[in-house]
Amino acid sequence: MLLIECPWCGPRAETEFSHGGEAGITRPANPDALSDAEWADYLFYRSNPRGAHRELWNHARGCRRWFVVERDTVTNRIAGSFRLDEALPVPASAAGKQAEQGD
Amino acid sequence: MQRYSAFSLLRNALGHNRNWGRVWRSPEPKQGYDAIIVGGGGHGLATAYYLAKNHGMSNIAVLEKGWIGGGNTGRNTTIVRSNYLWTEAALLYEKSMQLWEGLSQDLNYNVMFSQRGVYNLGHSLQDMRDIERRVNANRLNGIDAEVVGTAELGKAIPHLNISPGARYPVLGASLQRRGGVARHDAVAWGFARAADALGVDIIEQCAVTGIDVSGGKAVGVQTTRGPIASDRIGVVVAGHAGVLAQMADLRLPIESHPLQAFVSEPIRPVLDTVVMSGAVHGYISQSDKGELVIGAGIDAYNGYGQRGSFPVIEHAMQAIVELFPVFSRVRMLRLWGGIVDVAPDACPILSKTPVEGLYFNCGWGTGGFKATPGSGWAFAHTMAHDEAHELNAPFSLERFSTGALVDEHGAAAVAH
Amino acid sequence: MAAGQANRLPEGGRIDRSRPLRFSFNGKSYAGYAGDTLASALLANGVSLVGRSFKLRRPRGIVGGGAEEPNAVMQLGEGAAARPNLLATQVELEPGLAARGTRGWPSTRFDIGAALDGFGRILGAGFYYKTFKYPRAWWKLYEHVIRRAAGFGKAPDSPDPDRYEHRNAHCDVLVAGGGPAGLMAALMAARAGARVILADDDVEFGGSLLVGGDAIDGIPAMDWVARVVAELRQMPDCRLLSRGTVFGYHDHNFLTIAQRCVRESDIAAQDQARRPVAERLWRVRAKRVVLAQGAFERPLVFCNNDRPGVMLATAVSGYIRRHAVLPGRRAVVFTNNDSAYRTAIDLAGAGAEVAAIVDSRPGGAGAIEQRVKELGIPVLPGHVVSDVSGRRRVRGAGIARWTGEPWSTVEITLRIDCDLVAVSGGFSPAVHLHSQAGGKLEWSESQLCFLPAEARQSHDSAGAGNGRQSTGDCLADGLRAGTAATVELGLSRPEIEIPATEEVPAAPIEALWRVPAVKDADRCPKQFIDFQNDATVADIRLAVREGYRNVEHVKRYTALGFGTDQGKLGNINGMAILADALGKPIPEVGTTTFRPAYTPVRFGTVAGESVGELYDPVRKTALHEWHEAAGAPMEAVGQWHRPWYFPRGGEDLHAAVARECLAVRNSVGIMDASTLGKIDVRGPDAVNFLERVYTHNVGRMKPGRCAYGILLGEDGMVMDDGVMARLAEDRFYLTTTTGGAAHVLDWLEKWLQTEWPELEVYLTSLTEQFSTLAVAGPNSRKLLEKLGCDIPLDRESFPFMHVRTATLAGIPVSLFRVGFSGELAFEINIGSQFALDLWRKLMDAGREFDITPYGTETMHVLRAEKGFVIVGHDTDGSVTPVDLGMNWLLSREKDFLGKRSLARPDCLREDRKQLVGLLSRDGCTVIPEGAQLIERTGQATPVPMCGHVTSSYPSASLGHPIALALVTGGRGRKGETLFAASPGREPTAVEIVSPAFYDPGGERQHV
Repeated sequence: MLLIECPWCGPRAETEFSHGGEAGITRPANPDALSDAEWADYLFYRSNPRGAHRELWNHARGCRRWFVVERDTVTNRIAGSFRLDEALPVPASAAGKQAEQGD
Repeated sequence: MQRYSAFSLLRNALGHNRNWGRVWRSPEPKQGYDAIIVGGGGHGLATAYYLAKNHGMSNIAVLEKGWIGGGNTGRNTTIVRSNYLWTEAALLYEKSMQLWEGLSQDLNYNVMFSQRGVYNLGHSLQDMRDIERRVNANRLNGIDAEVVGTAELGKAIPHLNISPGARYPVLGASLQRRGGVARHDAVAWGFARAADALGVDIIEQCAVTGIDVSGGKAVGVQTTRGPIASDRIGVVVAGHAGVLAQMADLRLPIESHPLQAFVSEPIRPVLDTVVMSGAVHGYISQSDKGELVIGAGIDAYNGYGQRGSFPVIEHAMQAIVELFPVFSRVRMLRLWGGIVDVAPDACPILSKTPVEGLYFNCGWGTGGFKATPGSGWAFAHTMAHDEAHELNAPFSLERFSTGALVDEHGAAAVAH
Repeated sequence: MAAGQANRLPEGGRIDRSRPLRFSFNGKSYAGYAGDTLASALLANGVSLVGRSFKLRRPRGIVGGGAEEPNAVMQLGEGAAARPNLLATQVELEPGLAARGTRGWPSTRFDIGAALDGFGRILGAGFYYKTFKYPRAWWKLYEHVIRRAAGFGKAPDSPDPDRYEHRNAHCDVLVAGGGPAGLMAALMAARAGARVILADDDVEFGGSLLVGGDAIDGIPAMDWVARVVAELRQMPDCRLLSRGTVFGYHDHNFLTIAQRCVRESDIAAQDQARRPVAERLWRVRAKRVVLAQGAFERPLVFCNNDRPGVMLATAVSGYIRRHAVLPGRRAVVFTNNDSAYRTAIDLAGAGAEVAAIVDSRPGGAGAIEQRVKELGIPVLPGHVVSDVSGRRRVRGAGIARWTGEPWSTVEITLRIDCDLVAVSGGFSPAVHLHSQAGGKLEWSESQLCFLPAEARQSHDSAGAGNGRQSTGDCLADGLRAGTAATVELGLSRPEIEIPATEEVPAAPIEALWRVPAVKDADRCPKQFIDFQNDATVADIRLAVREGYRNVEHVKRYTALGFGTDQGKLGNINGMAILADALGKPIPEVGTTTFRPAYTPVRFGTVAGESVGELYDPVRKTALHEWHEAAGAPMEAVGQWHRPWYFPRGGEDLHAAVARECLAVRNSVGIMDASTLGKIDVRGPDAVNFLERVYTHNVGRMKPGRCAYGILLGEDGMVMDDGVMARLAEDRFYLTTTTGGAAHVLDWLEKWLQTEWPELEVYLTSLTEQFSTLAVAGPNSRKLLEKLGCDIPLDRESFPFMHVRTATLAGIPVSLFRVGFSGELAFEINIGSQFALDLWRKLMDAGREFDITPYGTETMHVLRAEKGFVIVGHDTDGSVTPVDLGMNWLLSREKDFLGKRSLARPDCLREDRKQLVGLLSRDGCTVIPEGAQLIERTGQATPVPMCGHVTSSYPSASLGHPIALALVTGGRGRKGETLFAASPGREPTAVEIVSPAFYDPGGERQHV
């Protein structure tokens, strides 16, 4: 059972939360302008990574707020919890890439 | 291939079992093949077998990163049934069922397919309406199915709690008598042996690290044992489908989740059939060794760790004790997890992709084992002809754009 | 009382000789003492044959002293109190305990199945995969026979009377295992001020010190244990759980402990209501974990090594020292390490004759060898026990010279008569929890075992579980681990000295996996690796020969490690022998992943309290008791129980529903609609928000107005529906379906928080706070007026689809002029605490109208007569609003969730399934719900289907049955005939009609 840090309530058992899928999926501003394939991408396609995953959790049996957790999908290790209104740090993997490119 | 029979057992016993040959070879990978199957689970091995048997291809490699049958093939609860609601799904699973029914003979390997019947319990009036609808659709599709009442259930499943006072009283069930269970490892081994005998190279400890695409066409794979060329590549890796798709810059409408199961210690035979309940989220059968084999629910979060959360096990246990109060003192021996690849409509993807010569077979979710032979059969056709068979045509990737989903999921999950 | 306990030593042991007790095994009565295990008591009584092996039914005796025991699998008790598959080595002896062996027929001692042993060569690994294939239909028969041999114990035959509970706990340090290492670690952490949980699966703390152990700090080892335990017990934040097995180590340092709380004999007498908790599941979140679960001794693999009387050396020592039981009179000790020499000393000290210590190491043992020689025990270094004789009890050992070549053949050079062979093949640390936690394992070539290596969570291993062998080393290692934990936790660490122990320099273990025999490995008598599953050396060789070479394949093919001991006894031997057979080093063959449970756990313990009434407790409305008193059968809807119908006299469902329907159509009916979800929506952006999620034009609704609204998933499918009422400019009230209430609220909240955080909107569930009383029928207005309402209820003042606040019978309510029946109707929303009072007042006032309470079934019929759908009943997640003919609800002026999906090609198909009405052609047949619709009868399968019947009822109001259905292109097919097919029935000819059967113009609700 995961131990999840609610940004408002602190660490709590997984059973207090519900999972809301990948974070950062933004609803298209103008759905009518999208092709069927583009709409399908928003609707059904997720990154489903093996490794770092940013996902939504809801403290359903607590403060009922949604927030973002970065969790490793292999080890379940949690890198951090973030409020929706705070800027998310650059993911470790992407940071590495930038460094390699001498950004 | 050395034929297996009671006679060969006896003859070999006299020779102290020293003359048994290898079940499958352990060849070095060649530089290229006419077709490559990525993934040595049941579905991948079945694909290779039917490619060789039905489509005359033998220059085929199955690449397995670990040991064959080590993924979901060896981690499931072994239930086989074909009583799906939607015609598209029902016909595919029924094809599989028909192949199951002759599989031990076809493969000359006893996969111990045991048609001891599968009951799906109904616990509410809506459940019973849905059961009626599904049974009726099954029969019109030529699939055996019947609705049974509690009295019959009480006789067929002696320890089932059919008390009207139960929290979710059992009001009836659907029954598919031809459904049952099979020996999961034997399915992988049997297909491997039969495919090997037809010339298929089964290469274990060979992880695919890249898919080579040139000019929109698949041309080969990079592996931990070197590059292997082929212009026909079928990917059958269940939970890792998304990871492989990424190698070809493809995206899939798939998410990987942990799914757990557990067995009890072996007890004397007490349950002679398969019992499933959607309402309380539990399914159970008893193996030939005496273990109660129990499937738990899926974890809500994405996971590649082959481990789920303990509360899911607690829920499954509560469901089982609710259905079978006499099992409360039986003891859980071992629990484990697999990685299931779930499509939005809970139906598989057996499809060509935007990359020519690259095919994906995935999205079986929690129900892939039962489809093993049918999946391989249809996928082999798709790979051999570069075109879906009519059985798997509805299960293309395009359906997610057109909206033509085969929604077994939606059909089950309802409000009111 | 001690009579008959032939093997009981006259003194010593940790048994309570003042508390003799009787028990039975296989129907025969025996004597034992409190403090015995069932195994020690059986051995005390000279019972050597306790079980049969799984496949070959070989006679088997007690091998071990704990969780590694493969043979002594017992059935305890009878009826509801039966307990299957308990290990005699782990069962505390209780007065009146009735145990039975679980294998063998007619009895453990005389087993007809034992004949199978003669067919051992045919029944090699995986034999069943190679046969039983023809004739095809016979597999059922073959399997029937195979299944009859399945399993050990029997499940109880009636429900479990026991109570179980779950408890959550948090701690700084969880120590698993209360032996020398665990005690030291716990002591260190506790003195440092950490919150500590120390759990041990045994009855007493002490671990290996219970079995052996010399002086610690100059006092007897168990006195030292008592001192430490006493100190720990005094600590305020230290919890000691004996009989508590840490069986699971999950992610994020979450561990599960199964604790046995009371003994069967203590609770049997209690009455059910006051029964104490039998077992408790501790769900522990620990900051730091110290794993100190000790090590399992390995047997040695020689011919007939499964014969009763071949026992693990430490188990023999344990029976002598802890239970004062001497398991044999003339013993051979066979070992490849120093540890078993202690057993020889214990045996000699207890009066047994030790005929020889057979030590495979040419150089023999370390300093301890001198001690055994002083006792006159002969030592045969460089020798092995190659075979033993005897069937139901070992009678002698065949000794050969060890050549160092496992696959060679040897000659028996010496035969020694004996009734006990104590074996030690070295020790395997119990790395199970470490591995469950994702920790890595490392093969130690010097110690010949897997040791815990890199940890993935916050844990550490200590003591024998970390490869330490002497008591002194275990104490020191426990202290180290405890110290590391305190440092990790940032606590100041107290000074603790390592307790003083006597150290005896030991000689290293030497590899001895398969012991050679007089014949080669395929021809020699069986050499068992997994005793319970009869997996032998020859089986592993066969697997390898056939190409099952991965350790997982070998395990699955031979069933090695799949017994109830989960390979605790045999797995490492199996892997080493596999490595030998493959010519690979052991670490390359690898180990397998360990999975929970470390030892088996009762289903009931895992299920905890949430069974029976507490399994997903029923939700009940404020009026539930009234409904029950009125005799209404209940329908389960979501988590709720709702009254299904209210029978009068001897009415059945149909009679009651017909009466209830007519009452609503002709006078007035009343229904408890409280289970509908109720959501309060308020805030300056409420309109903006609801416009985005509902399909209709929310902004056009004036305060006081109600509208029917539907919610679509983003996939365009109908997800839920209900009434939306605008209470004020910035305030709305929504209803949802009963089953969808929680989901809809969560779903709205998710959109609001994650997608549109800029909108200021507040959502509140009112489902439980308010009850909804639906009053429907032409007399409903009169009824409310009679009751006394402070607002005018006439058509002009309070029109259809409007909402008002009012006072009714003196109680403040919200009145909604909405309904689901097509009649003049009011839904009264009232604080749940007043609901029953108002309901009663309505019933009283309604007597003159013959007010009729009605249930879900009548509600279903009434709405079906109107062609109103129920989401989840007439829809199934694949139905769009267009399919339902609800285009009028879809705003063209705005975007809403799911709108874009409706424009996908598949949603635009003309031949989608659409909602229609059906009438049976004969005018009297009630079409079966769930029937599939076909165009022609008599077609071959698969028959094309063009829809299905979603709802179907006799209609008392209309005088004929009606049905709703989803039909391919149905709206354009009115008048066509289809056939409704249902199992076991003649297809019914049906006509496609409009779904609005009753009052299609809707005049009746507007009055």
